[in-house]
Amino acid sequence: MSGSMEFLLWTKGPMFNVAIAIFAIGLLVRIAEIFVLGRERNYAEPRASEWLPGLRTVFTRTVADPGTFKRAPFNVVVGWVWHIGFLIALLLFVPHIKLIESLTGLSWPALPNPIISMVTAVTLVALIATLIHRMTHPVKRRISTIEDYLVWTVVFAVVLTGFLAFNRMINPYPLVLGMHILSAEIMLILLPFTKLTHIFTLFIARWYNGAAFGRKGVQS
Amino acid sequence: MAARNATEKTLGESLRERGVSRRGFLKFCAATASMMALPPSMTSTIAAALEQARRPSVIWLSFQECTGCTESLTRSHAPTVEDLILDVISLDYHHTLQAAAGEAAELARVQAMKAHAGDYLVVVDGSLPGPDSNPGYSTVAGHSNYDMLMETVEHAAAVVAVGSCAAFGGLPHASPNPTGAVSVLDVVKHKPVVNVSGCPPIPMVITGVLAHYLIFGRLPELDAYHRPLAFFGQSIHDRCYRRPFYDKGLFAKSFDDEGARLGWCLYQLGCKGPSTYNACATMRWNDGTSWPVEAGHPCLGCAEPSFWDAGGFYQALSVPTSASGMTVLGAGAAGALVGGAVAALAKRRTKAEEARRQPVTVDELEQKL
Repeated sequence: MSGSMEFLLWTKGPMFNVAIAIFAIGLLVRIAEIFVLGRERNYAEPRASEWLPGLRTVFTRTVADPGTFKRAPFNVVVGWVWHIGFLIALLLFVPHIKLIESLTGLSWPALPNPIISMVTAVTLVALIATLIHRMTHPVKRRISTIEDYLVWTVVFAVVLTGFLAFNRMINPYPLVLGMHILSAEIMLILLPFTKLTHIFTLFIARWYNGAAFGRKGVQS
Repeated sequence: MAARNATEKTLGESLRERGVSRRGFLKFCAATASMMALPPSMTSTIAAALEQARRPSVIWLSFQECTGCTESLTRSHAPTVEDLILDVISLDYHHTLQAAAGEAAELARVQAMKAHAGDYLVVVDGSLPGPDSNPGYSTVAGHSNYDMLMETVEHAAAVVAVGSCAAFGGLPHASPNPTGAVSVLDVVKHKPVVNVSGCPPIPMVITGVLAHYLIFGRLPELDAYHRPLAFFGQSIHDRCYRRPFYDKGLFAKSFDDEGARLGWCLYQLGCKGPSTYNACATMRWNDGTSWPVEAGHPCLGCAEPSFWDAGGFYQALSVPTSASGMTVLGAGAAGALVGGAVAALAKRRTKAEEARRQPVTVDELEQKL
């Protein structure tokens, strides 16, 4: 017999194990590779320390500089909206916190469910806007690859199925919850091998930038 | 148990003999109409149909079960019209309840099958060792459960699988399933099967299914798991009186904290209500007294397939069933090793290439040309 409940249990059991293992192995392969390869040795004498500027840049680059905002206000504003919405839904929704707690032992307070639902709706709208922008903007359309559309689809699927599951818009519920978990697992599997890796590597890249400028003694 | 000629009487006659008033009977009919989601105007139709209905012959088979389902039905509360309906159906064979034993009991089953061929209902509680597993795990009068089930359903009108064991395999089917337990629906493919799941199922649901059969002469509308939609159409979560607390994000975090005392949502304590379809929240238990969530305990999801293997009873629904932090750490460590090794190899290759490098000056090149 196979039905929605078996599907849900498959996504919560064997499939989750496979996804989390591929994610952990793949991500650590990528990150260990980056660190072990390191940077070209710099023989020039440092003019200042690289630690503080490196750390500072990790945070300061989160806000786009005025020039970028002037050139591409849509990218900055809509990008911010959906990234923050995604993070709120991911990290401050009770079931997600319970999942993280079961794996790491760490937990923190959640936001009330209706707020999460509202934030998710805004995120969905923002994601649709990014797709329309990507497909209509003459430059963006030409530089977009299949990977860009694949990554968008996976992220959108995760948010959409989560919204449908929370609001119980598809029956039976185990089916839609299973779809949500499965799409999150597909995202976990793809994460180390696509530009989704930026979730982790962006901090390394910013650190290197800031550290390099710091060494040279210029404003980073 | 009831004599076999009892099936000749109508249900109305039998109920009157047992002192059920007209008023009590109509009350039951109205309740039946509402619980089967029929309009109130159907009450008189139901009454008329039930009044005239011949009591169906029922053969009750108990296989790998704990008798909890029978307990639930027979000891639920003081006798009511539902009990009497059960009582007055011609229960020709029931391992646990019948007075007869041994050969006489088996004879009763065979006789009922012959006398009512094509008309009798088979009720099964308990799972059974599948056709490919050792039949010796569960036998009755020397017959394997599988043989007895297949022989009995051969001329049955329909089969009602009572309880999660009969419906989905239940506890015997739980990993590692040592007896190779299967559900009724796994082996009975050629007869209509109704699953009345639950561990145990709500007594009113089984009488409701029987009443529906008596009234309409056919089985009720079923969901994807062959469960009657009238009772299993909505989830516990959707009908839970604690739902507003879930929506507001107010949760009990332990069984004796402030939230638990205030009756907040039990999601964080492992409630499986969101993924469980049953009528507990509306029909409740023990004559409508209460039900698990009202008593302060999370729903275990007992009416769903594989509920024993669906993760810890006290872990939230979103928690994976088997992965642990150690799995993730182990996988991450393996990944780091591989990544480190690949990068180290690349570095070594670069160094080796540098060592082998033979610089060429411009003069040397020009000489060669």
